[in-house]
This record gives sequence, structure tokens and C-alpha cells, in this order.
Amino acid sequence: MADIKVALVGNPNTGKSTLFNLLTGLNQKIGNFPGITVDKKIGFCKLSANQNAEIIDLPGTYSLYPKSKDESIVLQVLADKSNPSHPDVVVLVADATNLRRNLLLCSQVADLGLPMLLVLNMTDMARKEGIHINVNKLAERLGIQVVAMSARKSDGLDTLKKAISHTTWVSTQVTGIDVTIFAPEAITEVKEKIKTENDYYALQVLHQHEHLAFFTEKEQQEIEAIEKAHQFESSKIQGAETIARYRYLSTVLTDLIFDTGAEKKFKVTDRLDSILTNRFWGFLIFILILFFVFNAIFSWSSYPMTLIENGFVWLTEFGHAHLPSGVLTNLLLDGVVAGLGGIIIFIPQIAILFALISILEDTGYMARVTFMMDKIMRKFGLSGKSVVPMIGGIACAVPSIMSARNIENWKDRIITIMVTPLVSCSARLPVYTLLISLVVPNKMILGFLSLQGLTLMAMYVISIMAAILVAFVMKFIIKAKEKSYFIMELPVYRMPRWSNVIYTMYEKSKTFVLEAGKVIIAISIVLWVLATYGPSKRFDAIEKKYTAIEANSTDSVQLASLERDKAAEKLENSYAGILGQTIEPAIKPLGFDWKIGIALITSFAAREAFVGTMSTIYSVDNGDEQTATIRNKMRDAKNPETGLPVFTFATSLSLMLFYAFAMQCMSTVAVVYRETKSWKWPVIQLVYMTAMAYVASLIAYQFLK
Amino acid sequence: MKLSQLNPGEQGTIVSFTDLEMSVKLMEMGCLPGEVVEVERFAPLGDPIAIRVAGYQLCLRKSEASVIIIQ
Repeated sequence: MADIKVALVGNPNTGKSTLFNLLTGLNQKIGNFPGITVDKKIGFCKLSANQNAEIIDLPGTYSLYPKSKDESIVLQVLADKSNPSHPDVVVLVADATNLRRNLLLCSQVADLGLPMLLVLNMTDMARKEGIHINVNKLAERLGIQVVAMSARKSDGLDTLKKAISHTTWVSTQVTGIDVTIFAPEAITEVKEKIKTENDYYALQVLHQHEHLAFFTEKEQQEIEAIEKAHQFESSKIQGAETIARYRYLSTVLTDLIFDTGAEKKFKVTDRLDSILTNRFWGFLIFILILFFVFNAIFSWSSYPMTLIENGFVWLTEFGHAHLPSGVLTNLLLDGVVAGLGGIIIFIPQIAILFALISILEDTGYMARVTFMMDKIMRKFGLSGKSVVPMIGGIACAVPSIMSARNIENWKDRIITIMVTPLVSCSARLPVYTLLISLVVPNKMILGFLSLQGLTLMAMYVISIMAAILVAFVMKFIIKAKEKSYFIMELPVYRMPRWSNVIYTMYEKSKTFVLEAGKVIIAISIVLWVLATYGPSKRFDAIEKKYTAIEANSTDSVQLASLERDKAAEKLENSYAGILGQTIEPAIKPLGFDWKIGIALITSFAAREAFVGTMSTIYSVDNGDEQTATIRNKMRDAKNPETGLPVFTFATSLSLMLFYAFAMQCMSTVAVVYRETKSWKWPVIQLVYMTAMAYVASLIAYQFLK
Repeated sequence: MKLSQLNPGEQGTIVSFTDLEMSVKLMEMGCLPGEVVEVERFAPLGDPIAIRVAGYQLCLRKSEASVIIIQ
């Protein structure tokens, strides 16, 4: 148990997360704030031998007046004393190289009257730039402890821990500005209504009570009435407050900051920007970086993926050899273990992708991508900020949709959420690779471009184009609620912090395994049951038929092949088989038979299930998931009526297009519901994507067959 | 004159804003009346623009820059 709760508050790009990682190490977890979907990062830290602290990392913001959903959480936590995350001490993290703007938030938090201390982070950078800050004087003028730190170099960590445990639980700060002048009567009335002594808290309640869920319906109406009675003009008062605060900060900072070398400050960043955001080089470099990311995802992950694959094959074989045979063993090995293998295999790709994304974000490059792409994206109803979720969509739509919270504008955000699942995610990758290896010859073009690789890239290009086109259509359908903003800091270029990269990899992989894992294991078990059992009448008949034949046979090879035929016939008559045959008429025009139909059904919960289902259906021995064996089985599969191969080029392409466009992921449906707080959007998404998939497959098959 | 009319390398001093709601956001980010702003560069396609203000680099769309009146 923690003895003290500490909240980290600060502007974006101040090294707040680095400080959080430094304080808590791997002793951290991600939770949810009750009722809202903003991730809550909490961790634990030993301040001294007998004092433990719970550290809460609040979303970065420039002020207590939020611009996005994420930012609104800061006031909610700081204002609500009954909130389980309400801190005993606030640690305000400020960037020493840009102190004045950072202190705006500091003075707002200070006026709320919470016990607090100030961390001047990045003092090493400030020193390099020739900025000297008189820390003692600053502490004296603000009335709080000020700790100079450099979280990147772990400088000042012990001092900070001591300062936190020495912070008195009664606030000591000097009040920044007298806010009563902005709305004297309204503030007095609200103070009485909500029983508070704090003027600034009362003013914040007047501004933002709609966002503060802890007020009852009645209280909301009463506050609303006070606003009306005194003609409370929110925007005007916010503006006046900001000006007053900056004026106050100018007096605080007088004779405290000595800036000697401002000239050379942005030299490196300027030079890099002139290349990286250049009209020609900018886009070229961006495309090259994307190409590198793709290449890394596929080539770096192949070795660990083979290792994991072989590990699970070994585990299954070992289990079958050493566990007593029976239904439970089969369920465990062919259901649970197979399902688990299907999830773990994606970890290398997800870890690599998020490592690369976090490097791009950490260095400041992602902000430039946003800057370069905004004009194009806006034409299609998106914002420059949609680029990050859409690139992330290549790994997995689930975390990407959550990252769309950074988009302040509601319409931009909804459209981004609606089209992100169209971007081909890593779960489609095994489907593509399996089908491509089946029908595209392994040839080289121009000696170095693999035809299979090009086909794969084409699938990704198609998916991104589809996402952009759908966004363009939605731009005209969805009505805007508010104006779209694009006011954003362009941070200076920095070296990535490798520890942050590792934390991100660890955290995202963990989230993926836990979130997607639950669904996939459940499906694997259900699928196993559906494919193993069927109406008893039919099963008894099959059992009788084969017992009769087997009794007359002595050849062991023949027996083995009979055993396989029996399994295949059982599958055809199992519940899964019956289901597949029921939908066959609907999918026949797409070139799919009932076996593919089973895979489509199981894939509606998670597309990862495709390869596993195919391997079950084509009765691969030992549940071996090596694609080579499945591939051969599928290649040999013949249509019983015509005797022609099932997986022709037309069928395979149609199937790939279906997987590219269809919404076959329960986790995404769930996350869209969570993010939009309504079933309307996930339902629209499910319907439009399925319709698109069907039409695309239909056209492709009918033209190519 | 509006900030959106400047070319890269040109400077101006903020005088006022023509949009109240936008001015609140801009002032929080350090774009205060009296502050000197310099246009650093345009995005490759001409919009948004990057400006230097209050010791850091800020980017905003031209439509947003057009609410800032400068001298």
C-alpha cells in the first residue's frame, strides 16, 4: 500500500513520462479512470525506507482548460477530492528551456490550493543553451520547493524523492492572481453552493462544471443558473485570466533567468527541419522511413516468430505424448495452446512496430510528419494528426484507435476511428502470406524485387487507399460539431530515450496479449468444440461406417489415411461444418466453399483465427501450424464436383480482398464502442466494411474466374 | 496585417486577435499581445506554417494564423 499519492502534471514534451519511468521502473500498470476511457498510468516508488508513493502520470496539457478529451482528465482528478486518483501532492514538471509557458499551468494548479512542488526538468539542456535559472529565488517567490533535474540523465532523482516526502500536506504556495475580479458575484455564489474556500476552484467550476461528473444533476442546474444570472462569458474570462497570469509570471521571473546563448539554441533543429520538411526531400524521406518500418516489421520478426512457432509445435507434441489422451487434453492442446500460440506469434511484430513508432515520436519526427501531411489529410476529412493512428493501424487497430484521442476535433477523430481498421493490421499478415505463397510464383523482378513481396505491398497500398476514400465520403456525411484546430508545438529534435522505447514495447505487447488474448483464446475453444462435435446421429453413422471399413483393413498406411478421411468427414458434419454449408450459397459468388465459410465465421471474431481454422479443416496432423504443411494441403484441395483446385488465383485474391476490407475483429468493435460511447459507430463500421468486403471480393472473383 | 500574410523569415509583433475562442488557445500557447513572432517555414504544401514564438516552435494552419493581427 502506498502512504502518499503523487500526481505528475505538466506540458507535453517536458520529459514527464521519462520522469515517471525513472521513478517507478517496471513497477507500473495501466488502468482506467472510472467512467471515462482515458488510460491511467500508475506506478509505485519507494521514497525512503519506510515510505511508499503511488505515482499517477496525468496526460500532458498546456492549461487546465482542455483542448482534447485526454486533457480534460487533469482538472477532473485535481478538483475531485473523492476521486480515487486525487493526489496528496502534485509534482509539476516544467521544461527549464521554456520556463514561462510551462509556469502558466503551474500557477493555475497552484491556485487550486493543492500541496505541490515544481520540477525544473531538462536543466542540462538549458545549461547547454546558456540559460541559468536562480532556483532558490524561484522557490522563494512561488512559495514551493523547486527541484532542478535532468530526468534523461537521472540527475536529481534522490533530491526529488526527498522533496516529495518533505512536502507539507498543507499548501504553501503564494496565490498567483486574484481571480475574483473576473466574476465577483458568480464566484461568491458558487463558493457558497459547493462549499469551498478556494476562489479559483469556484471559477474553474463555473467554466467547466459540464466536464465534472461528480456534481449531481441538481448541482449542475444550479451552477448553470448562476452562470446565466451573472452573464458569465467563459471565453472572454479565460482570455483575461491567461493575460493576467502571464503578467504575474513576468514579475516572478524578473532577474531570475539569465539567457546568454539564445542564438545557437535552435541551430540543429532548424537545419534538420530544412531537410526533413523540405518540399521534395521531406516526402521522399518519409516514404523511405515507412519503407524501412515495413521491412523491419517483416524481416526482423521472422526469426523470433519461427522460434515461437516451433516452440508451440514442440509443446503440443510433447503434451500429446505425455498427457493422458482424452477430450480434456485435446481441448487444452488443440484449443487453448493453439489459440495461445496464435497470439504470442504476433508479439515480435507488435513490439518492433511500437518500438519504431515510439522512436519516431520521441525524436520529434512524428510532429513533422503531422505538419507535412495536414493539408493532404484535410482534403479527405482527416487531420495531420490522423497520420499517427493510421500508421499504427499497420500493427493493430486497437491501440491506434485509442491514440486517436489526441485529435481535438470530434469530426476528425470519428472519421479517423472509422477508417483506421481498414488499414491492413498485423493480423491480416498471416492470411496474406499464406494465400500469396499459394498462388503468386516466387519470382524476382529486375533481379531484386520479389513478386510475392510486391503483391504483399500492393495489399497494404490498396488498404490505405480504401481508408482514404472512405474518409473522403464520410467527410460529406458526418456533420461537424466544432471548429477544427491545428495549434501544436513542434518540439526540438532529440535523441530517442531507449528506456522509454523499451517501456513502450513492453507495455503495448502486454496490452495486446491481455486484451486480444482473451478473445482469441475464447474463440479457439469455441471453434474447437464446434469443429469436434456435431449432431450425434450423423457422428454415429460416420463412426459405424469407418469401424466397418477399418475392420477389413490391415495395412497401416491405409489405416492412417482412413483415419484422416474419417476426421475430415466428421468435420464436414460437425456444427462448424453445418454452419459453413448454411452460408455457402451466400459466399459462392465470391468463389468460396463451405470450408472457407467456416474460416470466415471464426474470423468474424478475430482474423488471426484464419490460419488456425484452415489447419484444423484441412486436417493437418498434430495441429502443426507450419504454413508449409497447410499450404500443401490447401494447394492439393480439389473441388469435389469439378475436380479443379479450390485455391485458384481468383479465389485467393477474392479471399485476400475480403480479409483486407471486412471488419473481422471483436476487439476493434469493443474499443470503438468504448471510445465513442455509443453502439451507433461500431455498427455503422461493421456494416459498411462487410458490405465493402463483399462487393470487392465479388467483383474480383467474377472478373478473374 | 495578418500573421498569415508573412513569408518565411519575416517578423511581426502581435497586436490583437479577431477570434475570441481561438485567441484563448493561442495565448495559452504563449502567443500574447506584444510578443514577437517570426515565420520559420511553410509546410511542403504551403499550409500549415511553423512560427517561432516565446522561445519555441509552434505550428498552426493558415486559417488560424489569419486571426492573429500583427504589426
